[in-house]
Amino acid sequence: MPPQAHTANAGLDTHDMTRLQGEALAIRRLVLKTLNKSQAGHPGGSLSAVEILTSLYFQVMRIDPAQPNWPERDRFVLSKGHASPVYYATLARRGYFPETELATHDTLNSRLQGHPDMRKTPGVDMSSGSLGQGLSVCVGLALGAKMAGHAYRVYCMLGDGECQEGQVWEAAMSAPKFGLDNLTAIVDWNRLQLMGTVDEIMPTHSLPGLWREMGWEVLEVDGHDLMALVKVLQAPHSAGKPLALLAHTVKGKGVSFMENRVEWHAKPVSGEDLKQALDELSQEGAQ
Amino acid sequence: MSQVDLSSGCGPTIACREAFGQALLELGREVPNLLVLDADLGSSTRASVFASEFPERFIQVGIAEQNMVGMAAGLALAGWIPVTSTLACFASKRALDQVRASVAQPNLNVKITGGYSGILAGKTGITHQSIEDLAIFRAMPQMTVLAPSDGIETRAAIRAAVEYRGPVYIRLTRDPMPTVMPPDYVFHIGKAVPMRSGSDVALLSTGWMLLPTLEAATILSGEGVQATVLHLPSLKPFDAEAVVEVARHTGAVVTVEDHSILGGLGAAVAEILSERMPTWMRRVGICDCYAESAPNEDLLTKYGLTPANIAAQARELLASRTASRA
Repeated sequence: MPPQAHTANAGLDTHDMTRLQGEALAIRRLVLKTLNKSQAGHPGGSLSAVEILTSLYFQVMRIDPAQPNWPERDRFVLSKGHASPVYYATLARRGYFPETELATHDTLNSRLQGHPDMRKTPGVDMSSGSLGQGLSVCVGLALGAKMAGHAYRVYCMLGDGECQEGQVWEAAMSAPKFGLDNLTAIVDWNRLQLMGTVDEIMPTHSLPGLWREMGWEVLEVDGHDLMALVKVLQAPHSAGKPLALLAHTVKGKGVSFMENRVEWHAKPVSGEDLKQALDELSQEGAQ
Repeated sequence: MSQVDLSSGCGPTIACREAFGQALLELGREVPNLLVLDADLGSSTRASVFASEFPERFIQVGIAEQNMVGMAAGLALAGWIPVTSTLACFASKRALDQVRASVAQPNLNVKITGGYSGILAGKTGITHQSIEDLAIFRAMPQMTVLAPSDGIETRAAIRAAVEYRGPVYIRLTRDPMPTVMPPDYVFHIGKAVPMRSGSDVALLSTGWMLLPTLEAATILSGEGVQATVLHLPSLKPFDAEAVVEVARHTGAVVTVEDHSILGGLGAAVAEILSERMPTWMRRVGICDCYAESAPNEDLLTKYGLTPANIAAQARELLASRTASRA
């Protein structure tokens, strides 16, 4: 049997919020442990996306971990593929594969590659890693779904730095032409990239303006507010228009010494870092 | 496969791009989930023929090849069989990383067609010529690479590509040329096509260069040199056995392609023979340079893609081999 969708107007009760907060905390801890084990990967842009993925995979998306290839499932493409640690942690928590498998990330013969590989990892709908390509794939998926009469939604997560890739705007220009109101692009707007702030590297006059002028419905949200994320993702949107959800986030969110620090874009998490980070998260969890 | 019977001579002239458009149209009627994506070149490539009958399955993406290939990947994920249409130069370079990361690596069922390949790109010049596409896609794991010759083989290759499950690049030619393949020709991915037998030298062709290669064999025959002609429209997978066999049979091999001599047919043959049957060889093709804009005939003559030059290279090869044994 296909899984039940969470209905759009169900809202979140206290129990739901506690559950989602618990998942977000667990995912954050798994991200840090995974990165400590692999001594590689991208902590900052993984931690900024924890609540977005939690809200999608634990409340919003119609999915069934027991049937990763269920044809009517909602689709998710992690266009910012370097945030694979948070993707894998989320999929593991959701039951696509055992949490213990996270320790194999980036090791020989692992199903968990440095960047997502749909041919290896259960639950990964599309391979990604070369920045700027995921939104085009999602435009094709959403168009293909509409043409075939499927009701599923397509979600794409991009980085704000990634939006410097020209292909993003080719895709952004095309989605409104095809009336893809079954497509949601979520920008993890953490304002940092590898070499500095996005404003230093390549400023945009207005990120919302760019999407809006391309013909998208544009909404902004606090990307760490689970209640707000779920609400905006489940709300009805403009018919005939794709939705760009610009999520204000903090790179390295949840770990004091990683937050808003550009060097944590891609820095190995040492044993000491891990201990301190997990201690901080334990205190947060106890509150 | 049995040798193609050329005794009846060449068939009617068919423009290869028209054959491409017709093939899409025929397949569109048979395959309900076939889609054609176009980056605003459909009237040139003749993908537009498909649009006239199946407007709802013709997706115009505008001048945005990277997005076109990414969309094709997404459409394949949604269960469609997308065929992308643009020029070979753009399919293989402008959208290269999209083909690699969004199509070949996830092994998606997308057909990438490249029109106006080689130096026969009208009078557009080097930006629109494509002399590296075979090398590029041949080096890409999980890609199938096809380069049909005449209109009949073009039509058959498109059919074979659509019937095959997985990423395929099909290199296409624009121009009208006489047909040499029989009307009931069936394209077999991975198989060479023996066109003519002779024991003195083997001429190996890919793409439309089959036609001048056959003419070169006729020239040589008039001089008492009997040439085998083996056509290799499937660059990947590649019929290594057939290549080794003609090398064993003749001891002298000339490769012929409207492509750089680096990385394409000549390279594929040299790779196989140097390991399995070291053989005297010459490669006819574009000699690691960008050509220029000019009428086709002038280009072909200057850059050596003529029956006369193929025959001359064969003669020179045989003379060198004889001299080395003296």
